[in-house]
Amino acid sequence: MKFSVIVFPGSNSDHDALYAASRVVGEQAALVWHKDTDLNGADVVILPGGFAHGDYLRTGAIARFSPIMGAVKAFAERGGPVLGICNGFQVLLEAGLLPGAMVRNDRIKFVSQLVPVRVEHTDTPFTAACSPKQILRLPIAHGEGNYYAPPDVLASLEANRQVIFRYASAAGEIGTEWNPNGSLNNIAGICNRERNVVGLMPHPERASEESLGSADGRLVLASAIKALASASR
Amino acid sequence: MKARVYVTLKPSVFDPQGRVVADALVTLGYQDVKDVRQGKFFEVELADADPATAKARVTEMADKLLANPVIESYRVEVLDDGQRAAVQSPEFSQTP
Repeated sequence: MKFSVIVFPGSNSDHDALYAASRVVGEQAALVWHKDTDLNGADVVILPGGFAHGDYLRTGAIARFSPIMGAVKAFAERGGPVLGICNGFQVLLEAGLLPGAMVRNDRIKFVSQLVPVRVEHTDTPFTAACSPKQILRLPIAHGEGNYYAPPDVLASLEANRQVIFRYASAAGEIGTEWNPNGSLNNIAGICNRERNVVGLMPHPERASEESLGSADGRLVLASAIKALASASR
Repeated sequence: MKARVYVTLKPSVFDPQGRVVADALVTLGYQDVKDVRQGKFFEVELADADPATAKARVTEMADKLLANPVIESYRVEVLDDGQRAAVQSPEFSQTP
C-alpha cells in the first residue's frame, strides 16, 4: 500500500506524516510536490499540516489552486481515501472537497496542546481501526480551527453522520469546557457524504509513538490499511 | 481602472478579532464602542473596460477567491480615473 503526502510551499508536517506512514505504520510512502500533476500511484493521499502558501488571503485559499489539486480531486471522486490534517483540512474546505469553513479561534490564541478527541463513527477509511466513541489523545496546534458551517449545512452534517471527531473530556463528555477553539458542536473532524475524504484539526501523525506523548494517532493511519484491505477482499 | 473590494465576516459569524479590537477601544476610554467587525480591503487594478463589465469581472473574482462565501460577505466598487466611485453596489452583495 502506498501513501502519498502532498508538499505545499509552507507545509511543515509533511515529513512527520511521511515518517508515521512509512516507519511507524510500515507502509510505502512518498512526498509529492504541489506542482506535480500525478499522485505517483497513491492508494491513500495525505494533505499535511503547516502553512501552505503562507496562509496568505485565508488558510488553504491559495493551495486550492496548486496543480496537484486537480489530481487530488479526481482521486477523491473515484473514492480514493484522502486525509487532510490541520492545514490540510483547511485546504480541503477551501477546495470544496469538504463543506464549511474555518474561522479564527474564538479566544484568538494559537492553541498547542494534547487534547482528548472522541471518534464518532468508525465507517471511514481513517477510523476503521478505532472503536466507536473511543477517546484518542492527539495534539492540536492551530490558530484557525474554529469550524463553522451555516445552520442548514451543520444540520445535514449531523444527520448524515459526517462529524467524525469531536473535542471531548478524557471520559468522553462533550461540552464547551472541552472545546479548545469555539468550533461548532465541538467539531474536530468531518468527512464528505461519500465518507472517503476526512479532515481533522488534530495531528495523528504527531502522536504515533509513545515517546511523543501518545501513540493513539497511529490508529488513524492504520485504519486506512484495514479499510483498503477489507475493500479489496 | 481600479476596483475596490471590501470583505467582512457575515453578521451571523462571530468575529473574534473584531471583538478584541472593540474591547481594546473600550479599555482606551472609548466607552461608546459597542462592536467592531474586522475585514479585508483589496484594490484591484484592471485593464480599461466599461465600468459595468469591470464590476461584473471583479464581483466574480470576489466570489471565486477574494472572499469565502461560506463565512464572508463582500462589496465591490469600480473607480474611474478621478478615483470617484463610478459603479458601486448598493449594499453588501451577500445576505447573512
